[in-house]
Amino acid sequence: MIRFEGVTKKYDDSIAVDHLDLEFPDGAITCLVGPSGCGKTTSLRMINRMIELTSGRVTIDGRDIRDQPAAKLRRGIGYVIQHAGLFPHRTVVDNVATVPLLNGWDKRKARARAHEVLELVGLPGNFASRYPAQLSGGQQQRVGVARALAADPPIMLMDEPFSAVDPVVREQLQDEFLKLQGELGKTIVFVTHDIDEAIKLGDQVAVMRVGGRLAQVAQPAALLADPADDFVADFVGRDRGYRALSFADTPSLPLASEPTIELGASVDQARAATSDRWLLVVQDGRPQGWVEPARLTGPIEADSLHRGGTVARVDGPLRASLDAALSSPARRGVLVDHEGRLVGTVRAHEVLTAIEQTDRPRSDDEASGGIRLGKERG
Amino acid sequence: MITSIWTWLTAPAQWSGAGGIPTRLWEHIWACLLVLVIAAAIAWPLGAWIAHAGRGRWLISVANAARAVPSLGLLFAVAMWMSGMFSGSTLAFTIPPTIVLVILAIPPLLAGAYAGVHEVDPAVRDAARGMGMTGGEVLRKVELPIALPLILSGLRSASLQVIATWTIAAVLSVGGLGRYLIDGLASADYAQMAGGAVLVAVLALLVDGMLALLQRLVVSPGLTGRRRRRARTGIPRATASRPTA
Repeated sequence: MIRFEGVTKKYDDSIAVDHLDLEFPDGAITCLVGPSGCGKTTSLRMINRMIELTSGRVTIDGRDIRDQPAAKLRRGIGYVIQHAGLFPHRTVVDNVATVPLLNGWDKRKARARAHEVLELVGLPGNFASRYPAQLSGGQQQRVGVARALAADPPIMLMDEPFSAVDPVVREQLQDEFLKLQGELGKTIVFVTHDIDEAIKLGDQVAVMRVGGRLAQVAQPAALLADPADDFVADFVGRDRGYRALSFADTPSLPLASEPTIELGASVDQARAATSDRWLLVVQDGRPQGWVEPARLTGPIEADSLHRGGTVARVDGPLRASLDAALSSPARRGVLVDHEGRLVGTVRAHEVLTAIEQTDRPRSDDEASGGIRLGKERG
Repeated sequence: MITSIWTWLTAPAQWSGAGGIPTRLWEHIWACLLVLVIAAAIAWPLGAWIAHAGRGRWLISVANAARAVPSLGLLFAVAMWMSGMFSGSTLAFTIPPTIVLVILAIPPLLAGAYAGVHEVDPAVRDAARGMGMTGGEVLRKVELPIALPLILSGLRSASLQVIATWTIAAVLSVGGLGRYLIDGLASADYAQMAGGAVLVAVLALLVDGMLALLQRLVVSPGLTGRRRRRARTGIPRATASRPTA
């Protein structure tokens, strides 16, 4: 557990962080989020003493961080930054082996460990001997995460690690990061300016305001449901109600069975399969897209599919189910099982009825300061 | 003209004895090596420290301004100033040009070390510190290796300059290839002068070529762009990527 007690950072003429009291629970991701100049990065960097605090106290498991030399403290804390900061003159594997080597491991053991961690972040063995300049931005960030994990520190500090990569890769990195955290259970401090990222990744989200003050700390669902004040409400932004559905598991929806056609089937087969305007195309039971049988001129090919609709997991969050219904050209949302096989379809009004019957997320937890760990993620 | 240079260069008399080309060549090389070693011992730590600590940048400006000092004038000034100190010893001839050339070699070496370390990506330095490297470790393991290409560029330009300028030092009765130019001028032996000039040029090119080779060998391929092609195999798609329908 990392604990901030009245932590303040003053520069000559300004206050970056103002009497911050905050706890970062073990094994959980705490997101520090806020507009630029709110002191979130300063707060993160005070934990590994990259910035020395002016007053107050930061403890890790009860021990003041100033009890040991800064370099020694830092070797026990993973550190990931925005542009990865990989060493350009070292290969990927040697980058990752840095902290184990600093800790006095012999070279062979450190490299073996580095290969292990690279595997963990989804970089296969042939990446190990490359240099950072040969990697894409997303790959560099993976190496950055691997490098921070190499010495297996219990704590990871991550300063906007995914904000410099494009949105598609970012989402992919976020998903993999959550999966990895599910296995590793590190205590993570994650700084971001992106509230959606904070809500997606955080077990706990601390919203900070300019001047280095804490505006609200709560679980993501509670933050969306019950912002503490106008600033937080504003910062959390529009579509709060819709976004909160990400945290509501889909109850049993009234699923309709959907006529389907295999990819590659002929026009006549397609027209015989349904009287509806749209027909769902599957392959091995997995939805591929929609076609309009009336407009078909030849066998159903992958190119001719309408792919605008999203697919939701039947046991996923309500937001995905609703989105599947809304985005489907047939107005029927496609639901699949955990292997991606079609289970049935659902209409938007049916999802809405289900939403009506669900309780709004409550914000009691933040009042008691406790947070629920290991929450299900869609 | 070319024939007379060729005749001078290939005459057997030039290739032996105290005034022969091998002896003059060694004198030249040793003198330049000594100058470069002293200059590097001063300039490299200083340049790296200024960039690492971010203090004393004015020294870089001063050194760069010093490049404008005419070397021949400085040579005579230092020689006259020191003339009394080593009277009777051959050091009286050797030390002043060595000092002048050290002064001349420092700016490119200093600028190389400073620019090299200074231009290390701040994110890289931040990551190095954040992972628990001490100041010295950051310098040794990260900043200097990354600065190496620029440090060696500085060394190359300093070497060229020192090799060329030690020729002028021959006005002070020191050894080296400059003897052929100065003595040739004195005796109006133009073949000797031109031959000496050719030898200096060849030496400078050879040394530069060797340093270029060294640069290729010691600089990490990650820095040179020689292995900058993009990864061919993509990253495996995330298992969480969503299919569409």
